[in-house]
Amino acid sequence: MTVFFESLFNGISIGAVLLIAALGLGIVFGIMGVINLAHGELMMLGAYTTFLVQNAFKALGEPWFSGYIIVAIPVAFLVAAAAGLALERGVIRYLYGRPLETLLATWGVSLILQQFVRQVSWVMCIQIILFCLLFFGGLWVMKRRPDFERMRQWAMVVILPLAAGIALVCGTILGQIFKLAVTKPWFGAQGVDVTAPGWLRGGLPLGSFQLPFVRLFIIALTIICVVGIYLFLLKSPWGLRIRAVTQNRSMSACLGIPTQKVDALTFALGSGLAGIAGCAISLLGSVGPNTGQNYIVDAFMVVVVGGVGKIVGTVVAALAIGLVNYIIGSGILALMVSPGNPLFDFLTFFATTSMARVMVFALIIIFLQLRPAGLFPQKGRTVDA
Amino acid sequence: MAHGLGRRKFLLYSSAALGSTFLIKGCATPTQNSTETGSGTQGEQTAAGGGDTIKVGILHSLSGTMAISEKSVVDAEQLAIEEINNAGGVLGKKIQAIVEDGASDWPTFAEKAKKLIDSDKVVTVFGCWTSASRKAVLPVFESKNHMLWYPVQYEGQECSKNIFYTGAAPNQQIEPAVDWLLENKGKQFFLVGSDYVFPRTANTIIKAQLEAKGGETLGEDYIPLGGTEVTPIITKIKAALPEGGVIFNTLNGDSNVAFFKQMQGAGLTPDKYPTMSVSIAEEEVRAIGPEYLKGHYAAWNYFQSVDTPENKKFVEAFKTKYGQDRVTNDPMEAAYIMVYLWKQAVEKAAKADDLEAVRKAALGQTFQAPEGMVTMNNNHHIAKTVRIGEIGTDGMFKIVYATPKPVDPIPWNQYVAETKGYACDWSDAAKGGKYKM
Repeated sequence: MTVFFESLFNGISIGAVLLIAALGLGIVFGIMGVINLAHGELMMLGAYTTFLVQNAFKALGEPWFSGYIIVAIPVAFLVAAAAGLALERGVIRYLYGRPLETLLATWGVSLILQQFVRQVSWVMCIQIILFCLLFFGGLWVMKRRPDFERMRQWAMVVILPLAAGIALVCGTILGQIFKLAVTKPWFGAQGVDVTAPGWLRGGLPLGSFQLPFVRLFIIALTIICVVGIYLFLLKSPWGLRIRAVTQNRSMSACLGIPTQKVDALTFALGSGLAGIAGCAISLLGSVGPNTGQNYIVDAFMVVVVGGVGKIVGTVVAALAIGLVNYIIGSGILALMVSPGNPLFDFLTFFATTSMARVMVFALIIIFLQLRPAGLFPQKGRTVDA
Repeated sequence: MAHGLGRRKFLLYSSAALGSTFLIKGCATPTQNSTETGSGTQGEQTAAGGGDTIKVGILHSLSGTMAISEKSVVDAEQLAIEEINNAGGVLGKKIQAIVEDGASDWPTFAEKAKKLIDSDKVVTVFGCWTSASRKAVLPVFESKNHMLWYPVQYEGQECSKNIFYTGAAPNQQIEPAVDWLLENKGKQFFLVGSDYVFPRTANTIIKAQLEAKGGETLGEDYIPLGGTEVTPIITKIKAALPEGGVIFNTLNGDSNVAFFKQMQGAGLTPDKYPTMSVSIAEEEVRAIGPEYLKGHYAAWNYFQSVDTPENKKFVEAFKTKYGQDRVTNDPMEAAYIMVYLWKQAVEKAAKADDLEAVRKAALGQTFQAPEGMVTMNNNHHIAKTVRIGEIGTDGMFKIVYATPKPVDPIPWNQYVAETKGYACDWSDAAKGGKYKM
């Protein structure tokens, strides 16, 4: 009985981590159909935001520090949502309906974001702000001239290197003057330390087994997120618009729904959820430039198994994968078979964490052969073959 | 883009791109120069004047994933060079360091090693961190019969005439740690590692050693590199060691963080499940968070908290040069002492460019290092003191055990069947890198 309960809890807790990582992707990839390989990096931004909030609260002292995680969640949501919004407006909206280009572009964005957190320092920050001011400001000034369209290309050729040059030179000079104080990276390439507040660090003892508070917290957070998404999509006017646009974009546009705004909002929402996921995983794992890479494949796996376009599929798939992963990886199956059995050797071989992953992937491939559209395929005429 | 890219537009964009490339290059060059040491740029001027400098190469990753670890090793090497130069240099000449970036890419390491030897004409190279990068440059140094100094603890099973190893061989880190655990913490072990060559080799050694000394391996498990889900491992540890026991941890990178965070949540506390790690040093402790690591152990030759006058001087000099918030660790210290060992060998040989003479003079060199006395043995590895540290709340290690005297290095492992009975001796041409004892 204890073994059963323990397996169930551990399976669900692995599933909850998968689910919270995949939930945002379920919206971005599942509902909007955008293959966003930078999703993991949005999680990473959420995790780094948690780190910054933690440090701000550390300065305030103890009664405040215990509560930092409560503040970190909405802040991480907002930061990741803002980054997602910028990504959608700046890159993805030009690439709707072209999945291959989206895939490559978002992968590029993910590399840029990883390198950004490795290198960002005051100098770099100033350089980027200066460049943006000069470049976009210059363009804005030029745009006011009546003959802008004619000289647009020349303006670009002049302003782009000029702005970049000024920004670089200013940065270099600042670096020479203030040395380490401004050139030192904020985070660096090595991970940063996010420590859960004291009340999340222990566990609830149940006989020989202990329920870690962090896991309980993540399960609760995941439930809140899923319920919140459901209410938003099904009960709110914007949720209605999102569903309408995803079902039939041109008809929705005809009926006066601002589809561009809906796209931006949906993407920001998905990205924000990635931020919350980043906050959650920072309590369990490492926070570093590669954090996102550790979760992105799992997140896609969950969405694909669940059936693209259905949040309920994502939920069920995450829990199922979590349970299967735990049962194989922990060797519980092997314990049920007697040692003489030929099955025993097979199961013990797969009962290491890295081999369990191989097994899970193999099972998923077999499953997708049988049901290519996932657990909960979309039905109806709107589904494109 | 239905209308495609016209000829004009193409010219326009390409010229813009070209222009900005030049701009970026122009701005980047001065910063690149400044990464070379102050002594390096000074040396360049004097080199043009009379040629009274000695050129050495520094070859580490300054970019890519390994940069964070290797950059601090470069810092330590440059500190040593600066100290030597301020004290009058080697044979009356200043050392000029030429820094090359291996970019965490193994072919690049080999290429840069060739460049340092052929076009810069350095007399020795200090460099590499990962075993993969060392294996990549090894053929270069052997074919050109040149000299590399390597500062990181590694899995052993190598003994090149052209490399001096100043990090620990397995018998100077893993084996004493296991002995200490057997004596003080219990006989039942669980082995956890990342899934690649070093942890698997290390665990093979540990299992053989436990068997020979009356310990028990009750389980082992591997996480893929970068994996962060350790719940199944924790279940297995609890099933294998319900009453507590020793965990030997050879995890690397991100998985370490996940492992310690989730271990604490699951109630595996250091009093019942003491964990010995071999890849957690001062810098990693800061990244994981001392709250999670308090009470666990690590095995190294050097900790920042080692109490010797040489170490106080070293830590203080390092912090003054690079900032008060920096920490020193084992590979950095090994990198620092190898520069001094090379200097002593050159002084004994009385010339820097006769590599055969320098190699010969290096054998038997002793140095009062921050970690204590070290001696270069005939097998090109150094005898070092082994220490076990307990992690405290301040992120520093409290040294709970140190070997009474330096441990002699054994590069060919005596617990592994293929290399049992082999040794290495470069003082005798007949014996060489691998001979039967």
